[in-house]
Amino acid sequence: MQDRRPLAFWLLALVFALFLLFLYGPTLTILVLSFQGPEGGLTFPLQGLSLHWYRRLWEGVGVVDIWAAFGRSVRLGLVVTVLTTVISLAAGYAFRRRFPGQGLLFHLTVASLIVPSIVVSLGIALEFRLLDDAVKAWGEANEIAWVAESYTTAMGLFTSGLGAHLTWTIPFGLLIMFAVFNRFPGEVEEAARDLGASPWQVFRHVVLPLVAPSLVGVALFGFTLSWDEIARSSQAIGDLNTLPLELQGLTTTVTTPEIYALGTLTTGVSVLVIGLAFGAILLWRRLRRG
Amino acid sequence: MSSSLPDTALGALPAVPAAPARRRRASLAPLWQAAPLTLVLLLFFVFPLLATAVVSLWDYTEYSLVPAATPRNYVEMFEGCGNLADGLCTTFRTYISTLRLCGMVWAATLVLGFTASYFLCFHVRTQPVRMALFLLCTAPFLTSNVIRMISWIPLLGREGVVNSALLSLGIVEAPQDWLLFSEFSVVLAFVHLYTLFVVVPVFNSMMRIDRRLLEAARDAGASGWQTLWHVVVPLSKPGIVIGSIFVIVLVMGDFVTVGVMGGQQIASVGKVIQVQMSYLQFPAAAAQAMVLLALVLLIITVMTKLVDIRREL
Repeated sequence: MQDRRPLAFWLLALVFALFLLFLYGPTLTILVLSFQGPEGGLTFPLQGLSLHWYRRLWEGVGVVDIWAAFGRSVRLGLVVTVLTTVISLAAGYAFRRRFPGQGLLFHLTVASLIVPSIVVSLGIALEFRLLDDAVKAWGEANEIAWVAESYTTAMGLFTSGLGAHLTWTIPFGLLIMFAVFNRFPGEVEEAARDLGASPWQVFRHVVLPLVAPSLVGVALFGFTLSWDEIARSSQAIGDLNTLPLELQGLTTTVTTPEIYALGTLTTGVSVLVIGLAFGAILLWRRLRRG
Repeated sequence: MSSSLPDTALGALPAVPAAPARRRRASLAPLWQAAPLTLVLLLFFVFPLLATAVVSLWDYTEYSLVPAATPRNYVEMFEGCGNLADGLCTTFRTYISTLRLCGMVWAATLVLGFTASYFLCFHVRTQPVRMALFLLCTAPFLTSNVIRMISWIPLLGREGVVNSALLSLGIVEAPQDWLLFSEFSVVLAFVHLYTLFVVVPVFNSMMRIDRRLLEAARDAGASGWQTLWHVVVPLSKPGIVIGSIFVIVLVMGDFVTVGVMGGQQIASVGKVIQVQMSYLQFPAAAAQAMVLLALVLLIITVMTKLVDIRREL
């Protein structure tokens, strides 16, 4: 390779730099504007710097209980994270050997990723509606009191909402596990087996430590994708909205920098989670080396 | 898949006495390991799609579903579509509007994503810098789409940064309204959100290209453009196809971006479904969803004829 950079390099570097500016510029803009002074509006100029809008946010946004939505999103995100990681790991491990229905399961997983989210969301909503109708009919037929009195719907954050999120997070998790296991040194497993390790011991003491850093990546995808999910949740979440759904509603009603404060806070959570994940991977590597 | 490896490993152990029992148990293990995935997909993907297909053939009243087979929803959807003399029917207009968005976003993300990946793969010289820049490109995927949308408001609004700049430079005399809550802002937001869906698979494909091929092309007298067009592009095709599928599917089914960035003015298939759901017209929404699904599957089938996704991982 020649040492001097060709002209093409500088042109492409410029395009790439502009691309990064395009990616990050707007987010940084609302970060700055969220510190707008109390007199300031949705755009520049800044009327002084203050935490005014964060204080307003802390006190709640009008009629919407934003902090309850925040809590729901965190709880749902954590459950999705754990389930995504465990299910992806187990399925990824299964796919290393042949089993009946393997091809079908693979194609279903990919399909779950690429079928439009609105279709999946609508389908889950319909499924639960049919289920509700069936339960009510069954309750009436058998004269079961609690169904008539208190049953409304099976839809909810941790039933239909959780399922909707999993159809979106697990395919990503599984694809990551495929990439990991495709590069996995099979010899070490074989060696463990030759030394008399049981299948569980091979998994626990050989496979798991080797893939653990990748699991952090799967968990990262699980949480952040759930934390920001809108399209699949929209029809399937039930009565109580998650934070991004509330945020989407607020885009049309809130006309103060409060929404930038909320946006910055939400992005902050994502950035924190990404940072924690990278920290965990680095720490893991250092511990194993030391 | 590396599934042949454990098989041969087991096959190589015929002398071990416990082998037959162990092998029988091992052959069942993948089934229960994959069972949770199977269960989730059945409950929240397969059954919902079946429910949608069935309900799309049901009748409905203002407040309830009527489980009696009728083609009503599909008929109403395409009402007046046969008569082109009166102009296009609503359904066709919606689909054309959606496909138009799709085409524009696809072209923009492809060019931008390909250029960014090309720079990363062939012009960045050291691996750590390459990976750092790659992560910088992909990290926004893990942050909220709605927030990334609303962050355009201070830039594109009537009193936004772009308009002030244009005014003070004397390029325009009055603030421009087409910048925000328009087709332009919808496409811009889509490109902003989805270019990384092209960057990741194209980058992945490009990193597998043997650098010696580029040298060979140069030695054989190919110009830079010829090398790009006849060597790099064909070898990046799998990544290009996968990225395209993502972008097309995401745009085809979208209602959030079109809603927020289009100021509720732009038509899209996803928005129609969402509106019908909010009016509790479930069977109509289901029929609309089935047609959208069929169209998307058709597009994907055509594109996957060109590539084997599994080999790319």
